[in-house]
Amino acid sequence: MKAPRSLPLLATSFVFVTLYGVASALYPGFLSLQVFVNLFGDNAFLGVAALGMTLVILAGGIDLSVGAVVAFSTVFIATLVARGAHPLGAMAAAVTAATFFGAFMGWLIQAFEVPAFLVTLGGAFFARGMAFVVNRESVAIAHPFWQKAADFGIPLSPSATLPATALTFLITLGAMMIIAHRTRFGRNVYAVGGGIASARLMGLPVASTRIAVYALSGACSGLAGVVSTLYTGSGDPARAAGLELDAIASVVIGGTLLTGGVGSPAGTLMGVLIFGTIQSALVFDGRLNSWWLRIAMGGLLLLFVLFQRALSRGSALEK
Amino acid sequence: MAPTSQSGCALLEMRGIAKAFRGVQALDDAQLTVRRGSIHALMGENGAGKSTLIKALAGIYALDAGSIRVEGIIVRPQSPRDAEAQGISTVFQEINLIPTLSVADNILLGRQPLRWGFIRQSECHRRAEAALKRIGLSIDVRKALNQYSLAVQQLVAIARALDVDARLLVLDEPTSSLDEREVASLFEVLRELKRRGLGILLVTHFLDQVYAISDTITVLRNGRWVGEFETASFPRAHLVGAMLGREIHDTPSAAPKTAVETAGEAKPPLLELRGLGKAGMLRAMDLRLRAGEVHGLAGLLGSGRTETAHLIFGVAHPDSGALLWRGVERSPFGSPREAMRHGLAFCSEDRKAEGILPRLSVRENLVLAMQANRGGLRLISRKEQAALADHYIQALKIKTPSAETPIQNLSGGNQQKVLLARWLSLSPQVILLDEPTRGIDVGAKAEVEKLIRSLRDQGMAVLLISSDLEEIVRTCERLSVMRDRRKIAELSGAEVQVSSILRAMSRHDE
Amino acid sequence: MSKPSPIRSGSRAGSLLWPAIGLVALLAGNLVFSPGFFHLEIRDGHVYGTLIDILNQGTRVMLLSLGMTLVIATGGVDLSVGSVMAVAGAVAASMVVRGSAPFGVVIAASLAVSALAGLLNGCLVVYARIQPIVATLILMVAGRGAAMLVADGQILTFEHPGFVFLGNGHFLGMPFTLTLAALALGATAWATRRTALGLFLESIGDNERAARFCGVETSRVKLFVYAFSGVCAGLAGLVAASNIKAADSSRAGEMLELDAILAVVVGGTTLTGGRFSLIGSMLGALIIQTLTTTLYNWGLPPAVAPVPKAIVILSVCLMQSPQFRERLSFARPQPKGSA
Repeated sequence: MKAPRSLPLLATSFVFVTLYGVASALYPGFLSLQVFVNLFGDNAFLGVAALGMTLVILAGGIDLSVGAVVAFSTVFIATLVARGAHPLGAMAAAVTAATFFGAFMGWLIQAFEVPAFLVTLGGAFFARGMAFVVNRESVAIAHPFWQKAADFGIPLSPSATLPATALTFLITLGAMMIIAHRTRFGRNVYAVGGGIASARLMGLPVASTRIAVYALSGACSGLAGVVSTLYTGSGDPARAAGLELDAIASVVIGGTLLTGGVGSPAGTLMGVLIFGTIQSALVFDGRLNSWWLRIAMGGLLLLFVLFQRALSRGSALEK
Repeated sequence: MAPTSQSGCALLEMRGIAKAFRGVQALDDAQLTVRRGSIHALMGENGAGKSTLIKALAGIYALDAGSIRVEGIIVRPQSPRDAEAQGISTVFQEINLIPTLSVADNILLGRQPLRWGFIRQSECHRRAEAALKRIGLSIDVRKALNQYSLAVQQLVAIARALDVDARLLVLDEPTSSLDEREVASLFEVLRELKRRGLGILLVTHFLDQVYAISDTITVLRNGRWVGEFETASFPRAHLVGAMLGREIHDTPSAAPKTAVETAGEAKPPLLELRGLGKAGMLRAMDLRLRAGEVHGLAGLLGSGRTETAHLIFGVAHPDSGALLWRGVERSPFGSPREAMRHGLAFCSEDRKAEGILPRLSVRENLVLAMQANRGGLRLISRKEQAALADHYIQALKIKTPSAETPIQNLSGGNQQKVLLARWLSLSPQVILLDEPTRGIDVGAKAEVEKLIRSLRDQGMAVLLISSDLEEIVRTCERLSVMRDRRKIAELSGAEVQVSSILRAMSRHDE
Repeated sequence: MSKPSPIRSGSRAGSLLWPAIGLVALLAGNLVFSPGFFHLEIRDGHVYGTLIDILNQGTRVMLLSLGMTLVIATGGVDLSVGSVMAVAGAVAASMVVRGSAPFGVVIAASLAVSALAGLLNGCLVVYARIQPIVATLILMVAGRGAAMLVADGQILTFEHPGFVFLGNGHFLGMPFTLTLAALALGATAWATRRTALGLFLESIGDNERAARFCGVETSRVKLFVYAFSGVCAGLAGLVAASNIKAADSSRAGEMLELDAILAVVVGGTTLTGGRFSLIGSMLGALIIQTLTTTLYNWGLPPAVAPVPKAIVILSVCLMQSPQFRERLSFARPQPKGSA
């Protein structure tokens, strides 16, 4: 029979719990609140970017410009602050610029039917180049407000604090879940990804939805840049190379269908946590090298894509 | 023809409707009337203009001419949403819903109840359940639509259409993928809606269903209005005749059948089907194709004609019955390639999707099948290709600036001739022609028919699928009549007449 | 027979016009603005100069774009070529460093691995029916990790004379890479135009269903082109490793998949598939390399080079978009009045 919609999310959650369990059994100290909380903090910028990517993929598109836009955002903020701007103003400027950039790419995709992967690839080149135009080198951020923001944390227990980066990730997650599930726009995103022709026949605003999705992904990339500068205390035009691949992998492993229409921001959280768990386990192990992360993510991606294919074949009886 | 004298005020009046696409007149002075509290069937063969008409009504196409009135007031729907606002809701054949979303989402997409900008989910579910209840359906609205059968999906689509206070419900082929029981329950719902005063416009090609549910019928043919009839007093045979443009009493222009053709009976068939069929596609079917004989396949749209060709040619795979090739039983062909290697050829009715390679040249379109049949390594030399193309351009009088012109620049008739040439160049033993003369002008049509006869004279076995009954009568020695995805009669010799085909097609079920 | 019409005659020459004009314009610009650009000199029997550098540097993208052209002709795309380059380089370098096998075996093994990688892409596209972007994305993610696994995370340096010759040697006074590119182009052109492969590819890209109805073995053809793209990527990976006498798994072929796609698109092959032009893709690769070299000559830092590249990508995509052309043609009668 046809599988229920929640099956991919269940499978992902199962993978995460298993991975975390295995790592806890192998490495002493892995099973602690702080290690768990750090999964959120250390991967916050990936998470925020992946949440934006989730919307794009749900609408049946793809955004390969994510890493480059994050890099642009970090170096843009750092340079502005270095020139004397207030960090809050710099952040707002970066997120706004990223949003407009995303909207522009969305407009090209929507108005001229140019393949999304090409437009956003071009966008990636452009944003990466512009990041180097803004500043050729990595720029450190030194500002009292910045220090305060970076040091901010909510104590969860005597030994664990929730840092500002993790908090931003969680707030973005909450906002995305509300947008996806509780707004007309969010439901339209699912409809456009689930069947663009039907969505048009149903009288839904297809064009504006598609453009808005890329704008939101741009905004998330900008915000991920903010998170990244908070995390590292610097802006770097070379940062986040290949981040879009990790983001896409997290989204797909999180149960979102690459063809669009099925998935959820909550699933993406799971995908990001799986990514973080593998990464942390590699650090804990010390013997295994970082390339295993890429191989594991590629393997999981393959597994989940095939799994989704099998599921959708089961329910594609009508065709 | 009996014009209707109906009680009930006209809900929808379309008059003088015209619409052309790139010079092709899809609708020409068509008209349609639907009354409140009645079910009206819109009928016609392929190309009659049914779907253009309902798409104009749904605001997808803008009309070139004509007026649409809803309860006497002129409307000009600009979009599906606009049409809904005027009280016209349409459920298209491909069910315009999102299968991956929940039932409630599908019913309320774009008009969910909000509070402070956010969707009120419990209210959504309540409203969706209420909308379904009105048509007698009670299911879990939180589940994804594709968890339910197509029949339920169809009902959900209707519930969505009704959720906007529709006055006119347009259903495009709603029963094409439902089984009998599901059709019955759908009709139950439609009758209830009718009782409540809704006007329903039903586009369908199932004769039995039209007689089971509709009050009145409008028939279109080639974009023109043929007439409006009261279902109860309009015999089936007349309906079929109206759709095909034939009066039942016409004397057929049967070509004299020569002795040679009847002698063909004795020859063993080249290709024989014994009970070949596939669930949901074609019921077990017998068919014998003999060398030097044109076998016709007549039937209305959706009667299983194309499906027969697909099952023979390996496009679809039969799940029952047997296929005999030169009298020897063998497993059905697994792919077009395998069928081709045995000397079969199939010229599809869907020129655009299954025939032409639009941007490639006439020459390349022509040689592709022959090249594929030879295998990739033994390239047909450029010189041979050119010679082949020139030969067929002359032999079939294909009008093209050159053999190197992209085929998309040719007219439909000339494209069709290129496709015929593609298959003829293989010198097949059996050729399946699906509507080879559709959409081409009269002159080209006569030439194609002449060509078919000459193929027969060369000793080929031809299966000719056509909805032009006169064409079938002119060219076939023998024919099978299809209805509702099965073969219902086989006619040969003197029986090959338009009137007997019509009689077979409209015969009441046993 | 009627005379062939000159417009839209379906010949391939017409599609080469624009890339050729682009390349000539770039070269002409250099003729005016950078005098040393066309200077050639002969030292030790070898020709040196900026033009030779462009040809030499452009080899990798040329090799990649050969495979990419065929994949795109079927309506697909291969995002994994950069990663496959890294894998091929790592395999060859690790074997050479160990010194256990003759060089011919090394080359063969590394190309075989590349072909397998391509075949994996092909299987995902053909049998699992995954969209090409997604199918090849998987290897794009995992491939680089696999390369590091092979190289044990090291940058493997080597001095093997044969391997070094591949990317740095000279043949007939010119860099050997040119011979390599010419051979690869010749072999590909022969395989596509002297057999029916080219026709089959174009028919699949133009209308896959119709091609299947004509008896074309669409699955086999598609499997072949993805494997072929893998081999081309492997060859490019060997050249890239040889150029720097090292296999750097994390940097080899980075972002080159984009250059390859760009070369194909600039060369006049549309992303929707169908008609393809190998020569066009070669011209596209040369345009990209000339553009890059020109920008360097003007003192633009390498890191900023992506900006003009992005603008080229987007303009070419827009020029190929029917909707964009429509808007242009609507706008065309107006400029006089508005300006």
